[in-house]
Amino acid sequence: MMKHVRRLIGMAMLGVALLAQAADSPAPPPAPGKIATATSTTDHSKLEALKGPFKTGPEVTKACLSCHNTAGHQVMKSIHWTWEATSPTTGKKLGKKFAANNFCGSPLSNETRCTSCHAGYGWTDKNYDFTNQENVDCLACHDTTGTYKKFGPDGGHPLYADREFEPMEGPPGKKLFKAPDLTKIAQHVGQPGRANCGACHFNGGGGDAVKHGDLDSSLKNPSRELDVHMAKDGANLVCSDCHTFNAHQPSGSRYAATSKDKHGFDLPKDDHNRATCESCHGFVPHKQGKINNHTGKVACQTCHIPEFARGGIATKMLWDWSTAGKMGPDGKPLFVKDEHGHLKYSATKGDFKYGENVRPEYKWYNGVVHQVTITDKIDDSKILELNRVEGSASDPNARIWPFKVMRGKQPYDTENKTLVVNHVFGDDDTALWKNYDYAKSIKAGMDYAGLPYSGKFGFIETQMNWFITHMVAPKEKAVPCQECHTRATDGRLSAITDIYLPGRDSNKLVDIFGGLAIVGAIGGGLLHGIVRILSRREENAK
Amino acid sequence: MSERIYIYKRYERFWHWSQALLIIVMMITGFEVHGSYALIGFQKAVQLHSLAAWTLLTLWAFTIFWQFTTGEWRQYLPSLKNVGAMIKYYTVGIFTNAPHPFHKTVVQKHNPLQRLAYLALLAFISPLIWGSGIFYLFYGDWARLGIDQNLSLETVAILHTLGAYMITAFFFIHVYLTTTGHTVFAHIKAMITGWEEVEEHR
Repeated sequence: MMKHVRRLIGMAMLGVALLAQAADSPAPPPAPGKIATATSTTDHSKLEALKGPFKTGPEVTKACLSCHNTAGHQVMKSIHWTWEATSPTTGKKLGKKFAANNFCGSPLSNETRCTSCHAGYGWTDKNYDFTNQENVDCLACHDTTGTYKKFGPDGGHPLYADREFEPMEGPPGKKLFKAPDLTKIAQHVGQPGRANCGACHFNGGGGDAVKHGDLDSSLKNPSRELDVHMAKDGANLVCSDCHTFNAHQPSGSRYAATSKDKHGFDLPKDDHNRATCESCHGFVPHKQGKINNHTGKVACQTCHIPEFARGGIATKMLWDWSTAGKMGPDGKPLFVKDEHGHLKYSATKGDFKYGENVRPEYKWYNGVVHQVTITDKIDDSKILELNRVEGSASDPNARIWPFKVMRGKQPYDTENKTLVVNHVFGDDDTALWKNYDYAKSIKAGMDYAGLPYSGKFGFIETQMNWFITHMVAPKEKAVPCQECHTRATDGRLSAITDIYLPGRDSNKLVDIFGGLAIVGAIGGGLLHGIVRILSRREENAK
Repeated sequence: MSERIYIYKRYERFWHWSQALLIIVMMITGFEVHGSYALIGFQKAVQLHSLAAWTLLTLWAFTIFWQFTTGEWRQYLPSLKNVGAMIKYYTVGIFTNAPHPFHKTVVQKHNPLQRLAYLALLAFISPLIWGSGIFYLFYGDWARLGIDQNLSLETVAILHTLGAYMITAFFFIHVYLTTTGHTVFAHIKAMITGWEEVEEHR
């Protein structure tokens, strides 16, 4: 304290006091340069084990494991394989198997379709063998040719022969789908790129850009404007540069996103989790001390991602399952597109609303997410928040974070007060997408999952928070100060009311008193001056 | 008869006008930070406001030094003598062309009302603004200094705003009173040239 005061006075006396603020913040780290292309010491195309020819995915995996003999067991411990996770903050069992969402719902009873994003082969029902390492899919992540593709309804397998197929929501008629050349792909494996992760994470919720809002196929090769980290003329990073993999375990999770990284720079002391801004940018990344002061209460993303879905691909903002099942005049399932070509009504899924260049909503977040699971008792008297994020201004671990808030209406058990497993996919007489009958599809889903079901269902309005943390704009495009520091009712932080925000908040009494004082000063002067002029005239007239 | 006396020395004039400029800048940017209007943008307003504050603090450091080495600080010692006469002049005399009850000299350049006003400024408004302003500037260091639990930004900001309203009111009164010399611009001219025309003191 004394040192501080002394320095303050000293600076003022010297007349270089301006530097005092800047002196607290060291210069920011140099911008990350181009990441050199990883040069492997192994040319996989020359390996005997990969000569092939390979007819199936598991055959390739067997070949991979003949050298990488611990890789299978590493993958089998990861969330990409288990679809299970335990929240480190609430201890709750989560993952796709348990956590509820307001997109497609539960993979249970719909495995054959949903597991086209499973890091494995052949998960088509609940009896899947999670201990067979030959079912691990190496190629989904390690293909570098860009030609490997898991086929939608084949339980995680790619096509092994060309097939004619009519997609559910596409234009009517069959389309020819080509089988990828597994042998060639196996010989060209390497580190995962943006497109590998994107094959699933850009398409979450059943299509490009649907789910996250800040993750879509525009990030495969983004402009610097769209994503300063992933752009080729930016840092050209791939996902795993930040989402560090340790023995095939990814880091950075939406079930427990790091609200405030207290470790800071990851080098020279690495915490093996680079999925935070601070890992590379440290605690004081700005030249101006005043802006660094914000980082205690405001997440980096809040200012540096002004909008999401900026890549020209719309994200779903609303999904109302309650209206599904309408037939067109021809008696066939109805599909309606809006003027932008987006499906706004689907007989299989209900009504949709989309958004592009969407301003996020802002909430306090302290690291704890209260994720609802499909077995939780819910309160159906109000809108159900599927993953409430915890935090407040007085919480030292909380910062203001940006979110895409997904709104929806989804089926639930009106007697037991739980969400339900909805059997949507399958060539049978209960699946919703074939029979358009919720009574049958929910019953089938709940029976399959072995969960109690009253037989009565309704639809509940739900909300879900999606962390906005990708599509970081260049610094010159960061949110300008006055978009939060404003009295305008549509200021970005108008929902954050438990802090005093300069430029927005004021004390009414002080403003009234001060206004009167200024008006009094000006008015008093004017009045006095006018009387002076008038009385002087009278004097002169005499 | 009137004579010219050299009443405001060179440093004093430099101090006065640079302080005037800084305070005007701080009033304009300060009320933008307060949200009263949008002019140059919040960020620029904060930067300019802070820059002006540090500059004025520096200027004050020199000025305090100057006041004491020259003995000019005595000009601010209050006295209640003739306050009544001053009030009577401003409320009645000034309208009837009565003579000014106070005669400026080099050792007494402030009239008794001025002395009281400047004392109020120095003893009350100034500490309020600077005290709250310094805490405001160092908001980011509160946690390090261990004061973040017993101080709220809201209190600091509101006190600072209160001070700002008062100095702004003072500013307008001050500017108006400069017109009450023997001509409208006499006082301003004196503050620029240093020379004031006064009635010969008998």
